[in-house]
Amino acid sequence: MKAGVIVFPGSNCDIDAYKVLERLNVEVKYIWHDEKIDDEDLILLPGGFSYGDYLRCGAIARFARALENINEHIEKGKLVLGICNGFQILTELKALPGALLRNKNLNFICSDCNLIVENNGTPFTNLFNKGDIVNFPIAHGEGNYYIDDDGLKELINNNQIVFRYQNNPNGSVYDIAGIVNKRGNVLGMMPHPERAQDKLLGCEDGLKFFNSIIAYFKEA
Amino acid sequence: MIKAYIDVTLKKSILDPQGTAVKKGLKKLGLYAEDVRIGKHIEVLLKEDKIEAAREKIEEMCRRLLVNFEVETYSVRFEVIE
Repeated sequence: MKAGVIVFPGSNCDIDAYKVLERLNVEVKYIWHDEKIDDEDLILLPGGFSYGDYLRCGAIARFARALENINEHIEKGKLVLGICNGFQILTELKALPGALLRNKNLNFICSDCNLIVENNGTPFTNLFNKGDIVNFPIAHGEGNYYIDDDGLKELINNNQIVFRYQNNPNGSVYDIAGIVNKRGNVLGMMPHPERAQDKLLGCEDGLKFFNSIIAYFKEA
Repeated sequence: MIKAYIDVTLKKSILDPQGTAVKKGLKKLGLYAEDVRIGKHIEVLLKEDKIEAAREKIEEMCRRLLVNFEVETYSVRFEVIE
């Protein structure tokens, strides 16, 4: 399994993402926003403030050279993981439905966060049980997931909701913290599993998340 | 040339926490507002000299980048610059 972490100007979780994959012995490299993606099995769009989050979060990043071939990559069934700003970019790309708005209380929230695993049938969550509670920190000002009623019904019917907040911190519709596309190979989530990779940092629930991705490729 | 003044706002159905916070701030100053909504103002200068051509261009810009129609809407007015 090969992984690439895209680095935009303003990304700030790229190193955490790289390190967690590296320590799990995944062949991983950084891809500068001006380079093209190659034959990676997993493309990771990290958290941060790509291009200063000008206009809207993620709105400018979708024009990056590194994302030129992202739709092809998705159509091939390869994986894309967008964390935080990466999730915002994926909604701007229309790779995932909905949008991320300002947190309901307007605060930038940086805290531990309990999530409920809603769907353990994805390449990203196969080592979890449905209903498991995991702690991945959140750190965002615009994580308030919005989707209209019809869109929400579709997400529920297709089992696209992967993580829900136990205590909704930001006003997200239906407590949604992370969703996949219909095919299940693109995951966007606001919480940071890469920041929960070592007990020294407070929690290691994130390892199971990244091990799920590795397990998915071992089975394939 | 034509200057386009674009106002991008959240759709009516979307809660605007910024507007709500500002409304509360006004109230603390003794200034009561029924409602406050906050949006973005964008000015675009175009080399076109016909409003219709400018409108077409602005519509495309809004559709493809300036506005996220999932949650936003916009209005635009034009000014001919001599």
